[in-house]
Amino acid sequence: MASVHIRNVHKHFGGTHVIRGVDIDIADGEFAVLVGPSGCGKSTLLRMVAGLEEISGGEIAIGGKVVNDTPPKERDIAMVFQNYALYPHMKVRDNMAFSLMLAKRPRSEIDERVNRAATILGLGDLLERYPRQLSGGQRQRVAMGRAIVRDPQVFLFDEPLSNLDAKLRVAMRTEIKELHQRLKTTSEYVTHDQIEAMTMADQIVVMRDGIVEQRGRPLELYDHPANLFVAGFIGSPAMNFLPATIRRGSNGARVEVAGGVTVPLPRDAAGEDGQKVIFGMRPEHLALAADGQGLAAQVVVVEPTGADTQVFAKIGGTEVTAVFRERHEFRAGEAIRLVPDHERTHLFDAESGKSLRH
Amino acid sequence: MNRLFNNKHFLGMLFMLPAGVLLLVFLTYPLGLGTWLGFTDAKIGRAGHWIGLDNFQYLVGDSVARLALFNTLFYTVVASALKFALGLWLALLLNRRLPFKSFFRAVILLPFIVPTALSAIAFWWMYDAQFSVLSWALERMGLIHTYIDFLGDPWNARFSTIAANVWRGVPFVAICLLAGLQTISPSLYEAAALDGATPWQRFRHVTLPLLTPIIAVVMTFSVLFTFTDFQLIYVITRGGPLNATHLMATLSFQRAIPGGSLGEGAALATLMIPFLLSAILFSYFGLQRRKWQQGGRD
Repeated sequence: MASVHIRNVHKHFGGTHVIRGVDIDIADGEFAVLVGPSGCGKSTLLRMVAGLEEISGGEIAIGGKVVNDTPPKERDIAMVFQNYALYPHMKVRDNMAFSLMLAKRPRSEIDERVNRAATILGLGDLLERYPRQLSGGQRQRVAMGRAIVRDPQVFLFDEPLSNLDAKLRVAMRTEIKELHQRLKTTSEYVTHDQIEAMTMADQIVVMRDGIVEQRGRPLELYDHPANLFVAGFIGSPAMNFLPATIRRGSNGARVEVAGGVTVPLPRDAAGEDGQKVIFGMRPEHLALAADGQGLAAQVVVVEPTGADTQVFAKIGGTEVTAVFRERHEFRAGEAIRLVPDHERTHLFDAESGKSLRH
Repeated sequence: MNRLFNNKHFLGMLFMLPAGVLLLVFLTYPLGLGTWLGFTDAKIGRAGHWIGLDNFQYLVGDSVARLALFNTLFYTVVASALKFALGLWLALLLNRRLPFKSFFRAVILLPFIVPTALSAIAFWWMYDAQFSVLSWALERMGLIHTYIDFLGDPWNARFSTIAANVWRGVPFVAICLLAGLQTISPSLYEAAALDGATPWQRFRHVTLPLLTPIIAVVMTFSVLFTFTDFQLIYVITRGGPLNATHLMATLSFQRAIPGGSLGEGAALATLMIPFLLSAILFSYFGLQRRKWQQGGRD
């Protein structure tokens, strides 16, 4: 096992600068998730750690050793590919044994390690099958088995669940997390799905356009997003944003949204009087208010999921989402009043998009 | 009647009828006629009589026919092996990221596009005893002192015709194998690299097994084409010198048309069928679709 340090790493593809100075530290045994929209450079970064892409600038160290010029096979890493990349002409057993066979390990050791990995992943009955004969979830498991067998310093996962259906994805998510708790191997996991990131990660790294927008523990990112992008990306349904202005007066700091309604701000909110801001409220932190209180909203659509009720409504001209644990029956067009949990609202500078708390 | 036309099997038969008739008239009839001629003493201008296996008995004892059989096997084995090796090498090269890739891929096909008779004439000229550009170039480089007798010496002639055949056949093999290479997912190579495979091991354990099905098909065709080759030999050497380059196809033509012995020529051509059939069966049974290619569950 080893730590991974990525220092000021750059990547150019011809004239395009796809990774623009990224710093990430992954502690020994940590499960780090790189998350971001497609094209943000997260997969490229992972492939650079694997040694499948050259590093244009900066350095990557695995276990304290800079690996910029180390070929992939000497980095002692294992990777799970999005399309699994199982060798179609080899049985499951041979797929898992391939790396050990190349390393010229004795037959008995290979068998023992393959069987152990197969037991961990419940692949025992499938060892004599070809990848063609497996379902998507089983192939996914074989791909992980191939990684486990090698007992590498670092696991790399490149969107491993994106080819699975929704139900299986949730199950495999848990399985991977369980596996990590058991093996405690340093892992770097790439996904575009923020729920995967939130549920699995010790550390989340949010990337956009080749830079790191924020990194930290999942709940840290949820509670204190550093900017508008992270605030909108982490959390589902996404955070609501309203254009607003800060008003500091005798009765404390308040924020004035369109229509002149004011809402109190958290005690530690920064920002000056008259500053243009974006006011952020998470859907799950909105509550219904009595007449004359909170923000006036007009119901657009109601989506009951059973467990909760999602209400899409309009405040001024802006569409917002609210999630209630209780069941409500609203009609489209009905006027309701929404009040945010003041201590859990967010303020972002209207120009830079940066959080005013950080 | 209406019920008949709603019957799937009857309709299937009906729709296959035109194709069946075409096959029967244009494929089976000539093949059958050729085979039948092999059992007669037909000559040009004279209808033949059934003589049983006489033609075959004669051919088995005929040293020229036996030489032609040896030549054909030698020609086929050596040329096919060279075509496979060079074709695979070219395909691997063209599958890499190189500048002007599409240009090279197009150029590779040139020998395949040129009419055989035309390229054969070019080779004939290059192999000419007096005007050979190859001999001239080698002499100018100081590598040889007398012109090489490409087509006058039996073994020289054999290798010269094989070279011409390889030149013509490599593009087909290379392009087909290239198509096969492109179906192999790059992530398999990446996975293999991470698994610790050297470039050779990647070729040996990933490329080659995944390419086997294509290799089987391509090489079957290549062997069939080479075994039945006629044009190149007929233009470059006409079977000479001393019948050293006569293939079964050229000798069969020689005996049947210029020689007039239709029956004997036909018998010689018929003798090719068992060899061709065994090549097809070998590829069908030995190299048929592997288990891993078949979909579904076991």
